[in-house]
Amino acid sequence: MSLTEGPILTAADLAGNGVYGDDPDGNGKFGVFGGRFVPEALIPALDEVAAEYEKAKTDEEFLREFDHLLRTYAGRPTTLTEVPRFAAHAGGARIVLKREDLTHTGAHKINNVLGQALLTRRLGKTRVIAETGAGQHGVATATAAALLGLECVIYMGAVDCERQALNVARMKLLGATVVPVTNGSQTLKDAINEAFRDWVTNVDRTHYLFGTVAGPHPFPEIVRDFARIIGVEARRQILELTGRLPDAVCAAVGGGSNAIGIFHAFIGDEGVRLYGYEAAGRGLESGEHALTLTAGSVGVLHGSRTYVLQDEEGQTIESHSISAGLDYPGVGPEHAWLKDSGRAVYEGITDAEAMEAFALLARTEGIIPAIESSHALAGALKLGRELGPEATILVNLSGRGDKDMGTAMKYFDL
Amino acid sequence: MTTLQTVFAKARAENRAALVGYLPAGFPTKDGAVAAATAMVEAGCDVIEIGLPYSDPLMDGPTIQDAVHRSLTNGTRIGDVMRTVEGVAKTGAATLVMTYWNPIDRYGPARFARDLANAGGVGTITPDLTPEESGVWLQESKDAGIDTVFLVAPSSTEDRIGKVAKICTGFVYAASLMGVTGARESVGSAAEGLVARTRRHTSLPVCVGLGVGTGAQAAEVAAYADGVIVGSAFIRRLLDAPDEAAGLASVRELAAELAAGVRR
Ligand SMILES: Cc1ncc(COP(=O)(O)O)c(C=O)c1O
Repeated sequence: MSLTEGPILTAADLAGNGVYGDDPDGNGKFGVFGGRFVPEALIPALDEVAAEYEKAKTDEEFLREFDHLLRTYAGRPTTLTEVPRFAAHAGGARIVLKREDLTHTGAHKINNVLGQALLTRRLGKTRVIAETGAGQHGVATATAAALLGLECVIYMGAVDCERQALNVARMKLLGATVVPVTNGSQTLKDAINEAFRDWVTNVDRTHYLFGTVAGPHPFPEIVRDFARIIGVEARRQILELTGRLPDAVCAAVGGGSNAIGIFHAFIGDEGVRLYGYEAAGRGLESGEHALTLTAGSVGVLHGSRTYVLQDEEGQTIESHSISAGLDYPGVGPEHAWLKDSGRAVYEGITDAEAMEAFALLARTEGIIPAIESSHALAGALKLGRELGPEATILVNLSGRGDKDMGTAMKYFDL
Repeated sequence: MTTLQTVFAKARAENRAALVGYLPAGFPTKDGAVAAATAMVEAGCDVIEIGLPYSDPLMDGPTIQDAVHRSLTNGTRIGDVMRTVEGVAKTGAATLVMTYWNPIDRYGPARFARDLANAGGVGTITPDLTPEESGVWLQESKDAGIDTVFLVAPSSTEDRIGKVAKICTGFVYAASLMGVTGARESVGSAAEGLVARTRRHTSLPVCVGLGVGTGAQAAEVAAYADGVIVGSAFIRRLLDAPDEAAGLASVRELAAELAAGVRR
């Protein structure tokens, strides 16, 4: 099927692959991970969202609307771009980027947001709230709220407000209220706490438009399904481009939405290795990192059983990353499941490695990536050297780097 | 050790509601928490909930967040929580621990239940543990002989109230309103209806918490509930006091006012 004609999205694209553990069980579990650890007060709202999504995902009208927005508003399908000058630094392996940076608002977050914004309308709710780290999810949510005439409040850690100041301004311009969160680590984790507090207070008219594949059931499933289009398109496109499946798929992992989004369509393809790159910050030994899957332990955070950065008494340990979007001490439960099952491999990329890949892509290919996505690029550079020149590596370029210019100016003394 | 059953039987015999006070361990200091809870008991609290300070208290409002943050900054650990329980239980009040699930999960449910029972604690309140995920905790609590209290909320359906009530022992905690912890101008109008709905599913006592902070509110709630739960208002008194002695006096005064309220 051509990518520019006919629907780009069908009910099948939102559904699982029919592979093991693909969809969570009745209690929202991927194996032992996921579930719901939330105040009872929120259970009816979560049930309501889950029930509405079950109806929506096979409803022709909903699919048509979602498809229409993805195509005419978000700019899907996004293209693939092969990057040979960048790949020359990766031992000559073929590297192909999935260009989520080219979507409206500049990151993969828009896919999930448009889906959930339509769901909000079906739920009869007039207000959306969201957490944001890098500000991309906040911007996407503010955008969809403007488009659909919804009231919008975004919670953002005060530290993140500063390092992603441009996105704060964008959200305000789009008509959203941005609430800086000044407790705890003043980053994504605390923004999520605050959003939950708002939700439990205003749940009758508010949808919590959750931004990643973490949180209580059904968010990990819904956000994944709405991000799934990334991999569905990329799989068709790379077959068209190279005549075969890639050897590896790489993505950055914060909460895990862009990674699950591109991984999912490949889970059934045994020969395709899946690599998720977490933020190693200043390195594992420094203790200043966000290596949830690689160095964390199983626990409960933000309503879900998953890997968590925590001490021996279950207190969350604050994460660190130069990238606000990866600076999170938890991760989506499906990634925990993919890790334990061995289907996907997760590794760390330091701030320095990510910034090097950030600059390299800019200089060699004229593409300025988000610092989050730069972790996946740095991973691909390593992997290319490992797999050799015959290999093809597909990288999810989850977002663009405009928002990161402040950080880059400081880092590179520009 | 005073059990919850004894407390509610006594309150019923006196034709009044029980008064339940909440305070996080380690706040205002490790010893200060025991002193404050003791003052609360002496002035009329029948039950004390000791909060286990957690880094991500997502159902708590600013007052409890503030206290918990101070407690964690004071270096409060689970061992300190157990020692606090031990100190408070000695006063003769039935003493519970209120905690998010992850600290128990990580500490080890069996170990936590055993340590709590050994400290003289009579049970736990676990606000983010749903019936679906409660299996392990119910078993360990039963083995250790401690009660398990869970929450229902105004949004709860009949089905959910039934499920929650079924796994409660000791009492059922009815959240008076949709929102986070914190004293309010008025107690949620949904509380009375929620208590009535909960009673259809259980013969356990039903206690109301969230938003109660004055003697008048305590009296209002005591008219239809078996227990009145007050947390943030006590913490507020300690936060606003110029020194520890003034804090204790202030907490004692509030407990007396509330105790009069539940007897009105
Ligand atoms: C461009 C970009 N990539 C990745 C992420 C990380 O989120 P996730 O792991 O959910 O994709 C973010 C989050 O803000 C982002 O903006």
